[in-house]
Amino acid sequence: MARANAARLESPAVWALCAAPLLLIFYWGFTSQLTANPVEFVLRDLGLWGLRFLCLTLAVTLLAKYANLPWLMRYRRRIGLWAFAYVALHLTVYLGAAHEFDWAEIGADIAKRPYITIGMAAFALLIPLAVTSAAAVRRRMKPRSWRALHRLVYVIAIMGVAHYFLLVKADIRSPLLYAAIVATLLGARLVASARPRKARAAG
Amino acid sequence: MLIRNAPDLKDCDVTDQGLYLARRQFIAGAAGLGLAACGGASPASAAPLKYSPNRMSIDENKTPLDDVTGYNNFYEFGTGKEDPAAYAKMMRSRPWTITVDGLCDRPGSVDIDELIRRFPLEERIYRMRCVEAWSMVIPWVGFPLASLIKSVGPKSSAKYVAFETLRDPRQMPGQRSAVIQWPYREGLRLDEAMNPLTLLAVGLYGQTLPNQNGAPIRLVVPWKYGFKGIKSIVRIRLTDRRPQTSWQMLAPGEYGFYGNVNPAVDHPRWSQAKERRIGEFFRRKTLPFNGYGEQVAHLYRGLDPRKLY
Repeated sequence: MARANAARLESPAVWALCAAPLLLIFYWGFTSQLTANPVEFVLRDLGLWGLRFLCLTLAVTLLAKYANLPWLMRYRRRIGLWAFAYVALHLTVYLGAAHEFDWAEIGADIAKRPYITIGMAAFALLIPLAVTSAAAVRRRMKPRSWRALHRLVYVIAIMGVAHYFLLVKADIRSPLLYAAIVATLLGARLVASARPRKARAAG
Repeated sequence: MLIRNAPDLKDCDVTDQGLYLARRQFIAGAAGLGLAACGGASPASAAPLKYSPNRMSIDENKTPLDDVTGYNNFYEFGTGKEDPAAYAKMMRSRPWTITVDGLCDRPGSVDIDELIRRFPLEERIYRMRCVEAWSMVIPWVGFPLASLIKSVGPKSSAKYVAFETLRDPRQMPGQRSAVIQWPYREGLRLDEAMNPLTLLAVGLYGQTLPNQNGAPIRLVVPWKYGFKGIKSIVRIRLTDRRPQTSWQMLAPGEYGFYGNVNPAVDHPRWSQAKERRIGEFFRRKTLPFNGYGEQVAHLYRGLDPRKLY
């Protein structure tokens, strides 16, 4: 009984955890804790959460398979879509609040500044992943091509880190931390997939 | 105009303290007001200063005190904008000694309070434009750097002025990581240093400087980006060579020696054409020399304006 109740709470709990960073921004907004420069703060915060959720989706696959937490797989799609949501909100704040939809200025920014170019490309690559995550679309795709497409998330995570790395002024410690996280996740995945048969046979 | 010429009027006569403390009341309601009134607004060590108004002040809305003291770049206390407000209390800004030396007739060291007694203080309400494309309007209290330089008798060979911030990782936890090559260094050409706009600030909003704003004494050069305004100065040196400056040492492709506010020259990673005035949602156009062109443009005649950043 207790177990059934816990299972019933699991999904809303995951949902709440994914939404928490966004709700926190609203809470800070209503209590004027978004610093003296709210646009900059919200832009950075949303971008960071986009990157964090990208790392989480990568971690979910690994943990589900190799840390014996298969139930995590139920939430991989949801976490991935939240990553997309945070990145999309980050982009919206960039376009609307940081640049007031000044398209000439935004176009110049994309053309001139590598970190903006990379960020935009990463977002563009996320779109097909978000679209093909819908169950109906996934069913129509060959599993092999779906998996191949979704491996793009590693490329996107690397681009996300590069975007972050190139924008900081002097203190590269935080971008380095995310570079290390993505490298570890990618490395673990490569090591794991180098011996897939053995692992599956053992399991 | 009338107000500025009245010698007895102080900042607090123009703007009620409660008014500038009541930041973003429209969002926060009573909670925000309460926080501003009892939180970081006035540090324990703040003491009122005696000063007279000055006609070089601008007539624009001042940035609220808790934004001026709560949103800072002062990497000695961390690279986050709110780190200085959180950690600057670790610094002792009294007693404090400043050394003025190099190519001058009367080099020496002087205690900060003695220095403040020596020069009459003025209020200067200046624009402050950060290289990161945000800006504030700050009522500084200080005295012209020119007064100090004249008092030590600069030699004719002196062409530049070099400044250094305190270096003490025990008081400045940000210095424990080598984000910048410590101590923080800045420099001006002697004619820039002697310009009447160039200020050594010892206070803001009528009180002694809060630590996070560069107590007990800092440089204010309103036509240059904020990073030129070196904080918590311990040494001022007259020299015949262009001094090294911290941000140029770190990223010479991104920060020049002059650091003049120039909307026509982008930072490699963002445009400098506009700025966000703290407290406003829509951006403003950035003005050449931050709007002080009339007073300073002549200093740069003959120099390639594209290199003036």
